Amino acid sequence: MKAIFERGNRFLAQPLEAGPRLLLLVAALLLVPTYLAPLWKMTMFAPQYPEGLRLEIYSYKLEGGNGGQDVKEINLLNHYIGMKDLSTAEFTEFKWIPFVVGMLALLILRAPVQGRMGDLIDVFVLYVYFGLFSLWSFGYKLYAYGHDLAPTASVKVAPFMPPLFGHKKLANFEVYSYPAAGSYALAAVTVVLFVALVLAWREARSEEAQEARSAG
Amino acid sequence: MSSPSKKFITLGAAAVFAILIALAGRCAPSAPKAGAKKGGPAGASDMAVAAGKVYVAPGDLDEYYMFASGGHSGNVYVYGIPSMRHLSTIPVYTPYPATGYGFDDESKAMLGNLTWGDVHHPSLSETNGDYDGRWLFVNDMNGRVARVDLRDFKTKQILGPIANLSGNHGSAFVTPNTEYSMMASRFSIPIPKGTAAGIEDYATKYKGVLVGIKIDPRSGEMSLGWEIMTPPFDWDLGDAGKKASDGWMFWSCYNSERATGKLEVTASQRDRDYIAAVDWRAVEKAVAEGKGDLIGGVRVIDPKKVPGLVYLIPCGKSPHGVDVSPDGKYIVGSGKLQGVTTVFNFEKIQTAIRNKDFTGDEDGIPILKYESVKDAEVPVGLGPLHTQFGLNGECYTSLFVDSAIAKWKLGTWEVIDKVPMSYSIGHLAAAEGDTVSPDGMYLVGLNKLSHGRHLSVGPSQPESSQLVDISEEKMKILYDAFTEPEPHYAQIIKADKLKPIEVYLKDENKHPLAIWDLKDAGVTRKGNDVLAKVILVRSTISPTAIEVEQGDTVQVALTNIEQTTDELHGFGLLDYNINIVVDPGETKTVTFKADKPGVFPYYCTNFCSALHQEMQGYLIVKPRKG
Repeated sequence: MKAIFERGNRFLAQPLEAGPRLLLLVAALLLVPTYLAPLWKMTMFAPQYPEGLRLEIYSYKLEGGNGGQDVKEINLLNHYIGMKDLSTAEFTEFKWIPFVVGMLALLILRAPVQGRMGDLIDVFVLYVYFGLFSLWSFGYKLYAYGHDLAPTASVKVAPFMPPLFGHKKLANFEVYSYPAAGSYALAAVTVVLFVALVLAWREARSEEAQEARSAG
Repeated sequence: MSSPSKKFITLGAAAVFAILIALAGRCAPSAPKAGAKKGGPAGASDMAVAAGKVYVAPGDLDEYYMFASGGHSGNVYVYGIPSMRHLSTIPVYTPYPATGYGFDDESKAMLGNLTWGDVHHPSLSETNGDYDGRWLFVNDMNGRVARVDLRDFKTKQILGPIANLSGNHGSAFVTPNTEYSMMASRFSIPIPKGTAAGIEDYATKYKGVLVGIKIDPRSGEMSLGWEIMTPPFDWDLGDAGKKASDGWMFWSCYNSERATGKLEVTASQRDRDYIAAVDWRAVEKAVAEGKGDLIGGVRVIDPKKVPGLVYLIPCGKSPHGVDVSPDGKYIVGSGKLQGVTTVFNFEKIQTAIRNKDFTGDEDGIPILKYESVKDAEVPVGLGPLHTQFGLNGECYTSLFVDSAIAKWKLGTWEVIDKVPMSYSIGHLAAAEGDTVSPDGMYLVGLNKLSHGRHLSVGPSQPESSQLVDISEEKMKILYDAFTEPEPHYAQIIKADKLKPIEVYLKDENKHPLAIWDLKDAGVTRKGNDVLAKVILVRSTISPTAIEVEQGDTVQVALTNIEQTTDELHGFGLLDYNINIVVDPGETKTVTFKADKPGVFPYYCTNFCSALHQEMQGYLIVKPRKG
């Protein structure tokens, strides 16, 4: 048992080579777009809205197309079915996501400095957890908006799940929901971290093997 | 021969004549041989070509806007060209319930006590002689001129009635940089207004005026610039000089006879009437120097006392249109009671003025020698009225009596083509056809009679406007449209020169009573004055009840807080004759005395949403106590 722990500790303490360290820097850089580009885009077309109503979700704000007018229009239409107003203030995510992304960036930058296998595994696990949690949180938000409808609404609709990914027809609207540049960058971070992890893992394993051979 | 036999022969001749007439009546064709068809392109392929030229597919946009005067409807009608679709109505001098115009405080004040106007000649603002798409000026026979802002297609100012001016027909023609919009009397009266003089003193005591309305180059705000007193001629139409003739204004007149009574006879005796040439820059200078006499509270220049400003050009006969060519070198006068249109040469006019080549004067205004200033008499046909211009010196003159358009050429003075119009064309409008750079392409004949070229709608028949293709050597009629009464002149402007807004931006709404938050909607009272601040937004009028007391003066301030295109809301108050329509982002007020007690529903009149019907409320007027 002790031997396994020791082997594990040794593995986690393995120094990172230049490749994974460089990839970690790239990953940290890839987090920058999170503050600049939208994470998600929703577009809603209806016969009366041939040009569509657009909604962009950033890490820290909601932005409507047509100079912000589209959010007002979406809220105006949603008030008929008793949906809550979409507004930046309603999303607690806009407070913690930028903070967490910054913290993750710091952790990612810390890994090449400390330069150990364990740091890389830490940030990878944390990052994947953050990604999955954010997705769930966003999905739950959509679920809540679609289900928490005022009982006094003038138009009664069955509670519904707005599309998280892809297309859905809601009443007279064709709704399209897709990730945007910010999310692609976040996904790229996962990939880069994963590649770094695989590289480092292989190197660590080969070194272990070498050590074993030289020990043997 | 004895007289009984003479009588016999006369009787016999009369009988034969009567029989001949009867026979002729019997075998006369039901329509003249030429043009027996109702018109339209000759063959099926021509028809397909014409249809292709006017067809604007659903969702597609027209190439040009046409702003057509609405005559005594007091409105301006907006059409798309080439489809000839009616796009919009701009109320100017008449209340128009469809947009609530003339019901809210502001437009009601603008209309004053008049509920009608007679719009004849719309004039688009110009920069360097070309339409710039900023404003549209329109005349009213009631001595007024109005400005429509083309940013939102709304009437922004009505100026007048102007002192001393009566029957403002020769208007609202603008100068090449929109320095002035012009006005002129068609019906001379003794001035100032309020003076009475017997009709026998018409020639001496009745006066006409020519008026320059100054336009603020930034805001478009109009104000009285100057007035010139003239003999009691009937000033008819006008056009401002451009390029070579920039700085001059031309007006045609009939009744230079100074006749009264049955004018159709008495004012048609002379072979030539006049075109007045006014050096408006010199007039501007004279006014700045303080010249002129105070009449009716305004300074009026008498050309006898201040010479060198106005000259008269003889033009046959009872001319209607006076039109300046795109280069400004020629002035085309169309005498409606003859078969020719007369072309004058601006350079020759200047030379004649310099050489004092005069043949007399009218109340001190020199008359230029006709032969010295005339370039050509073009035999266009009967009853020439108005001329528009094409790309390369082509002229298109409407012929009322011939019911046709004649195409002819400047310089060669040769008549190239004629196309029949259905029927009795008055004015015509070519694409940017009165600017320094006409577009050619399209021309619209604005006909006075439609005579059953449409499904019958009873005795009150629509006017007919015909779209003519002028892109080729031969003119071709493309389309018949039936326009609201009554188009006189129109203006056709390339669509991309206009950039209208579609909502009033919240940030630009500076109305002191505008509110944007539902919390601010409600009723406040000061003595007997009640102010109701109301918000209109899908699908509620807030507040939904307004309580006042009988005898209160109620002002309702309505703000439509929508910022979405086409989300107009109305406020119709039953039994109180109140009907307001508020555009997105706009604030309007209406003030009334709550003199009838009871409960009066108000509701959104302009369909807005699925729950439009529910957009309603009540005005509760509690009876006065005691």
